[in-house]
Amino acid sequence: MLNSLSYGLLLFMLSSGLTLIFSMMGVLNFAHASFYMLGAYFAYQTSTYLGFWPALIVAPAAVAFLGALTERYGLRTVHKFGHVAELLFTFGLAYIIEEFVHLLWGRAPVEYRIPPILDFSAFSIYTTQYPAYRVFMMLVSVAMLAALYLALTRTRIGLIIQASLTHPDMVEALGHNVPRVFMTVFAGGAALAGLAGVIGGNAFVTEPGMAASVGTIVFVVVVFGGMGSLAGAFIASLIIGAVQTFSVAFDYSLASILTGMGVQLDPESAWYELWKVTIAQAAPVLPYVLMVLMLIVRPKGLMGTREG
Amino acid sequence: MTSFFHIRRLALWAITAVVMIALPLVLTQSFAISMLSQMGIAVIFALSYNMLLGQTGMLSFGHAVYFGLGAFFSAHALNMIGAGNLGLPVTFLPLVGGVAGLAFGVVFGYVTTKHSGTPFAMISLGIAEMVAACSLMFPSFFGGEGGISTDRVVGEAVMGITYGQGRQVYYLIAGWCFVCMIAMFALTQTPLGRMANAVRDNAERARFVGYNPTRVRYTMLILSSFFAGIAGGLAVINYELVTAESLGVVASGNVLLMSFIGGVGHFFGPIIGAVLVTYLQSALSNYTLAWLLYFGLFFLVMILFAPGGIASLLAMHKPAWDVGQLKRLVPSYIAAGAASLVVLAGLIALIEMIYQVETKKEQSGTVMNLFGLTFDAANAGPWIGSLATMAVGAALLWGASRLVRASWQQVTIAINAKRGA
Repeated sequence: MLNSLSYGLLLFMLSSGLTLIFSMMGVLNFAHASFYMLGAYFAYQTSTYLGFWPALIVAPAAVAFLGALTERYGLRTVHKFGHVAELLFTFGLAYIIEEFVHLLWGRAPVEYRIPPILDFSAFSIYTTQYPAYRVFMMLVSVAMLAALYLALTRTRIGLIIQASLTHPDMVEALGHNVPRVFMTVFAGGAALAGLAGVIGGNAFVTEPGMAASVGTIVFVVVVFGGMGSLAGAFIASLIIGAVQTFSVAFDYSLASILTGMGVQLDPESAWYELWKVTIAQAAPVLPYVLMVLMLIVRPKGLMGTREG
Repeated sequence: MTSFFHIRRLALWAITAVVMIALPLVLTQSFAISMLSQMGIAVIFALSYNMLLGQTGMLSFGHAVYFGLGAFFSAHALNMIGAGNLGLPVTFLPLVGGVAGLAFGVVFGYVTTKHSGTPFAMISLGIAEMVAACSLMFPSFFGGEGGISTDRVVGEAVMGITYGQGRQVYYLIAGWCFVCMIAMFALTQTPLGRMANAVRDNAERARFVGYNPTRVRYTMLILSSFFAGIAGGLAVINYELVTAESLGVVASGNVLLMSFIGGVGHFFGPIIGAVLVTYLQSALSNYTLAWLLYFGLFFLVMILFAPGGIASLLAMHKPAWDVGQLKRLVPSYIAAGAASLVVLAGLIALIEMIYQVETKKEQSGTVMNLFGLTFDAANAGPWIGSLATMAVGAALLWGASRLVRASWQQVTIAINAKRGA
């Protein structure tokens, strides 16, 4: 339960940045998960020199800087060629970031560890020890989300960002530099992804494949929750996080359920293999199945307001 | 006027056919023939992809699903032919792949084509991930990690053709490739092909004229997955092996890169892209382990500076060619090319040095060979040298780009003068 919560919150840290960028610029950032990976690797590099705590600040800042550069010199240039070019640009960027990570840190996972001060079990439920680091992860993500919410709704900058989302021309006419607002949002989204990488990288594994493995799940979250809806992304993150965490633990299959009900299945029949797939085996597929079901039932997504 | 264009078009197809027939007679090495076979498969696949992206404006990240599923069904069909359970000549095996691709296009397309634009892209990615994850769940059909292997030398030999030799396989692929190219080109000329263009350009207007954009997208996706399945079937005959990788997201990304680099705005663009990318992939991977990085950088440069791909770069020069002004551009192009080579040399040196220091240090130390020079990447000298080369090259490139612009201005004046006259 708590595991699924901490994973879901991590997913939301990623999907919130993606959603913000998408709703503002209409750009689906394929490199978003790559920023998450870079956050983890930067944190690893920083923590070998300075320790974990400085990395918590340095790595997201570095990722934000890269994000700003990407927006200023990449996306703004291809913007005039349309959305497809922008999408492809971020796609190519994800490709290059992964190769650079291969180049700089090798293909094997790096030893990015949980700081020893947090490496103890906070409490135990029945016989399961609950690691303190997971608690820390949840605290960081909740604090960050609260900060994001307050910044968007209670500050002047948040006001301008929200206005630029809906009425960019008007905001520009009032004398605000909308392209710079875009750059800030992009950098901010990248920083969120970077921070998620810092705290997620050592809880899971820091390896070149981590961007690809989490990237598509984040897309599923964004589609499931409704494109461009922060609240939808939040609910979807928790649901997908729960589905992914829980389904691994269940070792039931259709065959075992049917046998329990007294139905005998013929092991030779062609569909036997389908029946004996356990929920745990099907775990990687479930988020996508959920997404497809959602699209059939409600194409806008959970909280989405627009379609297509 | 129309008949003139028809003759020219026929001539173009005839030349293509002659080149496809002649190539293996000129390049007789076995690796060349296997590369040509790969190119033929890639051409069909990239053209089928462009039916979505170029002609209907649907950016798909999951087109390899139809290629891969077509390949798996063909592989099983080929095994059945081998076991004597299926009376189908190997020559027509790709049809099995095509029908399988089409069937899955009907199923998946129903869900995906309700959307367009970015949501379609994401959903196609989700479907691709779903199929890829499923492929590891059903090892008896997908063969698990090892994939399904087959033997193409089965059944009765028709006129001595057994597909035992690489060259026979090449001609089979070339034949299918030619037929598919013509079929896909013919499709662009039909009312459906035209409506696909209309849906791409403005779906709302297409709807107002009385066409259902969703149905147009759905039909195009089904047809394009048919051709992707044919390519998958040919891949089975060529490699005699199909693994779950062939329907993965990486394969989908690859076909996207091919089509885009070639140019999605023109029918022949993906053909150029498929040939070039297949060549680069096998050539570069022989020289450097960082080839994916070079490839990605090449892709980014293309998006930033030539979003229409190579085809649009070529098409751009057509007016200049028509008025006979192409020669004016040549000197500035040579200058720009030379400057780009200088930048490239600096960049390659830098990347290879990073690679040597970070990854290959344990095996071979920091002393390395590049461009015929031997140096130690642990010293500062080579780093400063390659950075300086890049800086000099960038300065030269800046100058050369002004030159290019100036000569283009002259050419444009000449073209306009000709048009006015």
